[in-house]
Amino acid sequence: MEPFAEQKGVVAALDRVNVDTDQIIPKQFLKRIERTGFGQFLFFDWKFLADGSLNPDFELNREEFEGATILLAGANFGCGSSREHAPWSLLDYGFRVIIAPSFADIFFNNCFKNGMLPIRLPQAEVDRLFERVEGTRGYQLSIDLERQTITDGHGLILRFEVESFRRDALLRGLDDIGLTLQQEDKIEAFEARRRAAH
Amino acid sequence: MEKTLFEKIWDNHVVFEEPGKPALLYIDCHLVHEVTSPQAFEGLRLSGRKVRRPELTLATVDHNVPTTDRSLPIVDPTSRLQVETLAQNCAEFEIPFYDLQSPQQGIVHVIGPELGVTQPGMTIVCGDSHTSTHGAFGSLAFGIGTSEVEHVLATQCLQQVSPATFRIEVDGSLSHGVTAKDLILYIIRTIGTDGATGSVVEYTGPTVRALSMEERMTVCNMSIEAGARAGMISPDEVTYSYVEGRPSAPKGQQFQEAVERWRKLPTDADAVFDRELRLEVSELPPQVSWGTSPGMVTDVDGNVPTLDSFADENARRAAERALEYMGLEPGTAMQEVQLDLVFIGSCTNSRIEDLRNAAKVVRGRSVASGVEALVVPGSQQIKKQAEAEGLDEIFRRAGFEWREAGCSMCLAMNPDTLSPGQRSASTSNRNFEGRQGRGGRTHLVSPEMAAAAAIKGRFVDIREWDY
Ligand code: SF4
Repeated sequence: MEPFAEQKGVVAALDRVNVDTDQIIPKQFLKRIERTGFGQFLFFDWKFLADGSLNPDFELNREEFEGATILLAGANFGCGSSREHAPWSLLDYGFRVIIAPSFADIFFNNCFKNGMLPIRLPQAEVDRLFERVEGTRGYQLSIDLERQTITDGHGLILRFEVESFRRDALLRGLDDIGLTLQQEDKIEAFEARRRAAH
Repeated sequence: MEKTLFEKIWDNHVVFEEPGKPALLYIDCHLVHEVTSPQAFEGLRLSGRKVRRPELTLATVDHNVPTTDRSLPIVDPTSRLQVETLAQNCAEFEIPFYDLQSPQQGIVHVIGPELGVTQPGMTIVCGDSHTSTHGAFGSLAFGIGTSEVEHVLATQCLQQVSPATFRIEVDGSLSHGVTAKDLILYIIRTIGTDGATGSVVEYTGPTVRALSMEERMTVCNMSIEAGARAGMISPDEVTYSYVEGRPSAPKGQQFQEAVERWRKLPTDADAVFDRELRLEVSELPPQVSWGTSPGMVTDVDGNVPTLDSFADENARRAAERALEYMGLEPGTAMQEVQLDLVFIGSCTNSRIEDLRNAAKVVRGRSVASGVEALVVPGSQQIKKQAEAEGLDEIFRRAGFEWREAGCSMCLAMNPDTLSPGQRSASTSNRNFEGRQGRGGRTHLVSPEMAAAAAIKGRFVDIREWDY
């Protein structure tokens, strides 16, 4: 996994609550057996009208959000299915950071497994960010994971929390499976204890 | 120290733990299906890793599969490739696999319990959020992403952060026609779709104790719709007698020994939960969802909400968007809402008891004209059992289609979908936009409510139904 370096980029705002993984990546695109190439299907049913043309009313189709790497969203982002295709499609589209008041558990965890950083901020701070995105065309944020800060170069400094083990894994781009396999003797001992007990 | 059911199972499965890090948790059973696994197997191949315990793994095809004639090839080439890929992966990694032709094929969360693979005290995972279903047996069961599927395949373990514990105690006997589905919809409506985020919910209380295994599975199944990491119910005699005699259950003396172990699992009397909620449900009416999130639910004798009933700005805007998508006028009586299609199926409500109850409602009546209705049993074994009981005839005669087992219109990855603007009464678990087909409008209900809705072509209060 690619280590997570400091992120600076345009913020796209999706001011909706309960954005579910069925919206992030509709089921017809889950039939692929690859892990890549999902970005083109991100928010497909919202992004495109039934005739295949771009939906001018959909937030992410706004010109100023082009090339955005940070997504700002409402509460309970990523609820619903466990499909990892959801973070895959966000990442492939270009988002490396998602900021929201809260996330669904499986989605939250899946993000870290793909080198993405979901950031929980209090609702009031998210609201403030929404206002700034609306007020400044091409609004950018810098995310410093090491120091756990978000800055906009115009005086805004927010701190965010992230569990230290998750932060370390992202910063170092660790391979979870490789790490667990280093504990193989403990897994074997556990299995042996099990066999003896039953 | 007094412990909860969750804590006992957790403690029994910690392989290794360090402060400030997730625990390494041993997984007893790993269920696999075609949609969330191909990239995990590919990952194993790329890194030259093996499946550590193929015999603790079980695979089937359910999401993509057609529910019509199984002797015909799958028409959609991408679906076919995904199904074939799982077959190849299972062959290569020596994983037990119930393929499309197998008499045991079915929705992964239906066949686990049916085969006796799901047992109390286990840790069970699957690349599927409705893995929470298996918690009905007093197991710790939860959905994982594809990276974690790969992790479990390679190590038989998962790195897990300990969740919070949340007890939901339910009292009161449910009215005639009010079911476990109504109960869980009511719980989600009450606590919200993120009401249990970060928590494992244990359902307790007299109402829960009185539920059958099928009903308990319905409740635990939809825990994820409240954001829960898992839902669980302490095992009891109902659980043990359900498990006994199933193909993968322990036999004879071993079964007795297993029951002795299982009896130690239920939450101790003085165990402490991080959070508690008590509900009284003796007056609970049947529940119907009106919006595009499983928390947007009301009583069948109620109305589509008006926008000024939402105090919270975000909730009001979400409701406005939902009503527009659903094509509903605020204030409309739910029983006036006309339906185009009725779907009885999914891992929430496609077990034999669900089909029996729906058949009782349908018996001797006919589906309203202009309404399509289909019944999709959760597994081929359920289908066979239902046919042995003549349920298929009751449904067919009334005008329902009787299908082969699979997820079908729960998520419409196979050919069973709603057309844009079509409105369904569905026994599934998610009413998200487009879940049953782009532009489709889903109302979540119980099997009994769905059956009656098919007959009338609109929602009816099942408490007033003669059956
Ligand atoms: S029936 Fe629906 S919810 Fe259940 S596993 Fe299949 S797609 Fe998922």
